[in-house]
Amino acid sequence: MAGFNKIVASYEAAMAGLEDGMTVIAGGFGLCGIPEGCIAQIKKMGSKELTIVSNNCGIDGFGLGILLEDQQIKKMVSSYVGENKLFEDQLLAGELEVELTPQGTLAEKMRAGGAGIPAFYTATGYGTPVGDGKETREFAGRQYIMEESITGDFAIVKGWKADTYGNVIYRHTAQNFNPLAATAGKITVVEVEEIVEPGELDPTHIHTPGIYVDRLILGSFEKRIEQRTVRA
Amino acid sequence: MALTREQLAMRVAQELQDGYYVNLGIGIPTLVANYVPDDMEVMLQSENGLLGMGPFPTEDEVDADMINAGKQTVTASTGASIFSSAESFAMIRGGHVDLTVLGAFEVDTSGNIASWMIPGKLIKGMGGAMDLVAGADNIIVTMTHADKHGKSKLLDQCTLPLTGAGCIKKIVTDLAYLEIEDGQFILKERAPGVSVEEIVSKTGGKMLVPDKVPEMEF
Repeated sequence: MAGFNKIVASYEAAMAGLEDGMTVIAGGFGLCGIPEGCIAQIKKMGSKELTIVSNNCGIDGFGLGILLEDQQIKKMVSSYVGENKLFEDQLLAGELEVELTPQGTLAEKMRAGGAGIPAFYTATGYGTPVGDGKETREFAGRQYIMEESITGDFAIVKGWKADTYGNVIYRHTAQNFNPLAATAGKITVVEVEEIVEPGELDPTHIHTPGIYVDRLILGSFEKRIEQRTVRA
Repeated sequence: MALTREQLAMRVAQELQDGYYVNLGIGIPTLVANYVPDDMEVMLQSENGLLGMGPFPTEDEVDADMINAGKQTVTASTGASIFSSAESFAMIRGGHVDLTVLGAFEVDTSGNIASWMIPGKLIKGMGGAMDLVAGADNIIVTMTHADKHGKSKLLDQCTLPLTGAGCIKKIVTDLAYLEIEDGQFILKERAPGVSVEEIVSKTGGKMLVPDKVPEMEF
């Protein structure tokens, strides 16, 4: 009896079922709080034609950027991209499609997707290219555009600590999009730095309740820093 | 003399009030944090999910899990809170942030702002800028008055794709402080030593020039 035990033993098992053409929602902001092991496994599997929903697309040679090397990504849904040369090359060559989405709208699309809300209205992007072709509606004298929510075939998430039931806590600003992504995957995979027994985490401190988590794996993380800035 | 980047930040800092929650964009807006008056408490919001952004860390304090929206390593100030991106933009979109400061390519007399995309150049994305301008009541745009070719950035109508429509009311440039009201710019202050004539010549959009335009004071 596995009960609520969500642990899988390998990244092969964690990403089993991923097929060409699927949509994968990834947590992370820049290189902070990214599911490094799941991304490496997707590269290893060689899945193609993927739609990746993530705020950014990593950098050359790290993060989601490594999925560009074998042209595994068909489409990115992001708020800010192009920190990497390969990304730029593939975009300009027409090999990669990008749907630029305002950061708050992207977060809300994931949140709504996970919460069973198919669409919502927001003032963000009204009167800009983002609003082109979208339904608009006036509420209390202000114009809003309708944005559709997002769900993924997979969600890949980086947590800090979890118990075996998949209750997850994030650390510092590595939280970012992770708890939202976690709610929006048909299969949600969470990789963490530490796994403890149920009861060891204070229920009050759980960010992502285990109900959202399908597979849990203990990972090891490089945690590369994009902009190392220090004071004297 | 046109204002330096530091002076621009100092002028913007004069708009801060005690107890304000403030979001500062990348570039000159970030410098505003250096000029918060000592007798004032201001909390900085970073849209990746941090309210209460502190200074850069010391070498020993560097933590890959602790960054700001510019992806720089930072610290959390005393009394800070950390949350998800959805929570972060709930406070932005919901109008809970007291002041937003951001840069721009162009602003026009209708309060439109263009700051994220130049057609023909690589488009990297809007990040959180569209949410910030849509959600905030109190926005200050900081930019140079004209581009390096002398072309005005204050226009009757933005020529670049918009970041937000009808949302800008205050602008601090290297030459002047202006407000937007009734479809025109209003020249409120000029940089020390800068003439009204120079500002007029470098402003593309309709501008009301009061009889007296005081110099900025620092």
